[in-house]
Amino acid sequence: MEFKDYYEILGVKRDASADEIKKAFRKGARKYHPDVNTDADAEVKFKDVNEAYEVLKDPERRAAYDQLGKTPPPGAGGAGFQPPPGWDGGFEFTGAAPEDDSVFSDFFESLFRRGDARASRGGMGAGRGADTHAKVEISIEDAYRGASRTLRIRAPVVNPDGTVTVKDRNIAVHIPKGVQEGQHIRLAGQGTPSLGGGSAGDLFLEISFAAHPVYRASGRDLHLDLPIAPWEAALGGHVVMPTPAGKVELRIPKNARSGQKMRLKGKGLPGKPPGDIYATLKIVNPNVTTDEGRRFFEDMAKAMPFDPRANLGG
Amino acid sequence: MKRATHQSEIVDALSLQDLCRFCHADEDWVIELVEYGVLEPKGTHVESWRFRGANIVRAKKARRLNRDLGINAAGVAMVIELLEERDEIRRRLSRYEPV
Repeated sequence: MEFKDYYEILGVKRDASADEIKKAFRKGARKYHPDVNTDADAEVKFKDVNEAYEVLKDPERRAAYDQLGKTPPPGAGGAGFQPPPGWDGGFEFTGAAPEDDSVFSDFFESLFRRGDARASRGGMGAGRGADTHAKVEISIEDAYRGASRTLRIRAPVVNPDGTVTVKDRNIAVHIPKGVQEGQHIRLAGQGTPSLGGGSAGDLFLEISFAAHPVYRASGRDLHLDLPIAPWEAALGGHVVMPTPAGKVELRIPKNARSGQKMRLKGKGLPGKPPGDIYATLKIVNPNVTTDEGRRFFEDMAKAMPFDPRANLGG
Repeated sequence: MKRATHQSEIVDALSLQDLCRFCHADEDWVIELVEYGVLEPKGTHVESWRFRGANIVRAKKARRLNRDLGINAAGVAMVIELLEERDEIRRRLSRYEPV
């Protein structure tokens, strides 16, 4: 278990006043809130800030934690930390448990979590287990076709003695065809088990798409840049274009412009109605390395009166 | 390890009660969000409201911003609008950077 320096996490001195701690917490919560901050480690930092405040805002917990801090943890970084037996002797905890589904580190849980405190809060109605939420990243291709995948999620798990710990858990999930970014998948009965013999809660997975080298999704629509050769743009005709459902032919109009958008109706994510694919044309010049190629361009330059800078003025 | 694939369904068209359970919110809070235009359910009466698509993830976001940062409905409405604008701009920007 890793020792957590709650003062360092909040960026306050060890003798900080309750007011300073509150201010530091609010600032950190705003900065690292996962809905606002999209950095990969924002969620972890946000949890740390909350956990630190959960301890330091409560005079009883803070005093107990300070007591602990007087015996420096063994080893660098404090990994392998174990609280000494009876470390909290003489302290009585009356503070309320943290709100609903917040899950803190093992360090916090081992120090401050009291037996079945969580379990007694988790139930809804007649002993039903709590719903749990997690985020998962899937590929655009899987959303297109539907797929069975084993996803790794972090979720609270109820131990036989009623305590709750956070564990990585692999879960086999069928990804429904046509699921969109930002939608949720419900796995009935895969949430927190009920302790009172009732039914387990549901597990909700929030879907996001992994960054794709070709496609960008927007709702059911897909966008991509489609490179075309200068002669394809000038002459028009059919080009072969990839889609997650396979290759399709796309008709390019004569005198197509760079940046022009072509729509393939119904070729986006499946659904009722299915989405569209938008291909933005991008005219790409060949790299001219041979004399023959150079001659082609010289002939073009002679034969075609064309000033691309005609509209710049001057 | 269990190898069975669990039954899964896309969450869509939630009633007011379902949405409240989904994002751990009470009905008054959700109604306030509707009044501020953060959520736009289909249906004319509260009883027939159905929350779809982007509304569901918005409701969850709104609840978290309220719970974690103490932002009221008016503030949440503004924050969510600005965040969506920012995300859209980032999406456009990412088109000019290689993946």
